[in-house]
Amino acid sequence: MKTIKYEDIVSVVSGLCQEANYYLEEDVLEAFKKSREQEVSPLGISILDQLIENAKIAREERMPMCQDTGFAVFFVEVGQDVRIEGGVLEDAINEGVRQGYTEGYLRKSIVGHPLERKNTGDNTPAIVYTTLVAGDKLKITIAPKGGGSENMSGVRMLKPAQGVEGVKNFVIETVDKAGSNPCPPIVVGVGIGGTMEKAALLAKQALLRPLDRRHDDSSIAALEEELLERINKLGIGPQGLGGRTTALAVNVEIFPAHIASLPVAVNINCHSARHKSIIL
Amino acid sequence: MAEYTLAAPLTDDVVEKLRAGDLVFLNGIIYTGRDAAHKKLFELIQEGKELPVDLKGQIIYYVGPSPARPGQVIGSAGPTTSGRMDAYTPALLDLGLKGMIGKGLRSQEVLDSIKKNKAVYFAATGGAAALISKRIVKSEVVAYPELGPEAIYCLEVEGFPVIVVNDAHGGDLYSMGRKQYQGE
Ligand code: SF4
Repeated sequence: MKTIKYEDIVSVVSGLCQEANYYLEEDVLEAFKKSREQEVSPLGISILDQLIENAKIAREERMPMCQDTGFAVFFVEVGQDVRIEGGVLEDAINEGVRQGYTEGYLRKSIVGHPLERKNTGDNTPAIVYTTLVAGDKLKITIAPKGGGSENMSGVRMLKPAQGVEGVKNFVIETVDKAGSNPCPPIVVGVGIGGTMEKAALLAKQALLRPLDRRHDDSSIAALEEELLERINKLGIGPQGLGGRTTALAVNVEIFPAHIASLPVAVNINCHSARHKSIIL
Repeated sequence: MAEYTLAAPLTDDVVEKLRAGDLVFLNGIIYTGRDAAHKKLFELIQEGKELPVDLKGQIIYYVGPSPARPGQVIGSAGPTTSGRMDAYTPALLDLGLKGMIGKGLRSQEVLDSIKKNKAVYFAATGGAAALISKRIVKSEVVAYPELGPEAIYCLEVEGFPVIVVNDAHGGDLYSMGRKQYQGE
């Protein structure tokens, strides 16, 4: 049995909120550079240059790379042999968000009621997905999610007979309709299978995978590559102004499905593809 | 695709020479405004009242920055989605607003009004917010301070990078750009 203190979780979460917003992950930066080599549109190249420069300024000055510092979404893996002392896990995460977003000069973008829409003032509550795993470790991952790209995401319950073609068409249609709104170049997370909410969650989890890593299952890896190629032929380009770089990667996750269903979810992430993990 | 350095506010002859796809660096004064401020301005117009800022020739930047650290002029300050301002925009253009900076598609009513009023819609790079904040040298609240980051600010900018999406002649880069690179 390992004991982890409430206060330690608070301070770790506060740090994660800030780091995720200041420091762009290497895999995303590499994807910018690779796309810049392949981009043919002069405006597209100038935008990719801006994004590379932007990441550098954000890192050096500890400024958020995007002013929309997002909904604080967490994926937490709790080892069964971990005991949290001094309070409840979710409270510790919310306190960490409160401190991190305030001390880190991050924007508070959450309204406390979806219809009355008054800002909570400290970016809480966070959204926390917890799973119990073996062992005595606590793994906390934050993936702050901007509104612009989240708004262009969607779920569709396909008929099983529509098969993989139906899945591909829905992904392409969703990206096509999103156009310039989710700040392309985007990262496309796709969840196939499960139930309606399971597919949506898979799509979000798919966004956590590094952009240069394909799915372990070779047929799903091939699907990812085919979708990326088709998306980049849409011509949307950086910021939707035309070009080859519409998406940096397509990550697909799958789950068994009911005999009667084929759910598919597409979660679009912008190039501010932020996530950071820590293991306690 | 031409490249210009322009002084803001804008004049009619400058706006008329701009074409969709031009890269522009702005120097001078621009105003900020997003959903809440637009709603307030629109209500004043409907009531026939005077606005807190004279919009003639001016540019509005759709932005809600992150908080500034002590000593900073402004926090990260990239564009927000313009479509949310569409319902209010034609009324502002009729009052002489010349330019808008944001990201994403506009409604047909806004595009028609841009043409009719000889105005221009620019895109700034969504998510390049730290870089953009470096091109803002002064920032001052001029109306609705109670709205916090959504208040109307007057910004002084230097070399502020934008791209012409919709010009005064009906040019639309979102559709032209896509067509040009489709299928490549
Ligand atoms: S979609 Fe992403 S990059 Fe664009 S404004 Fe929102 S958070 Fe920033």
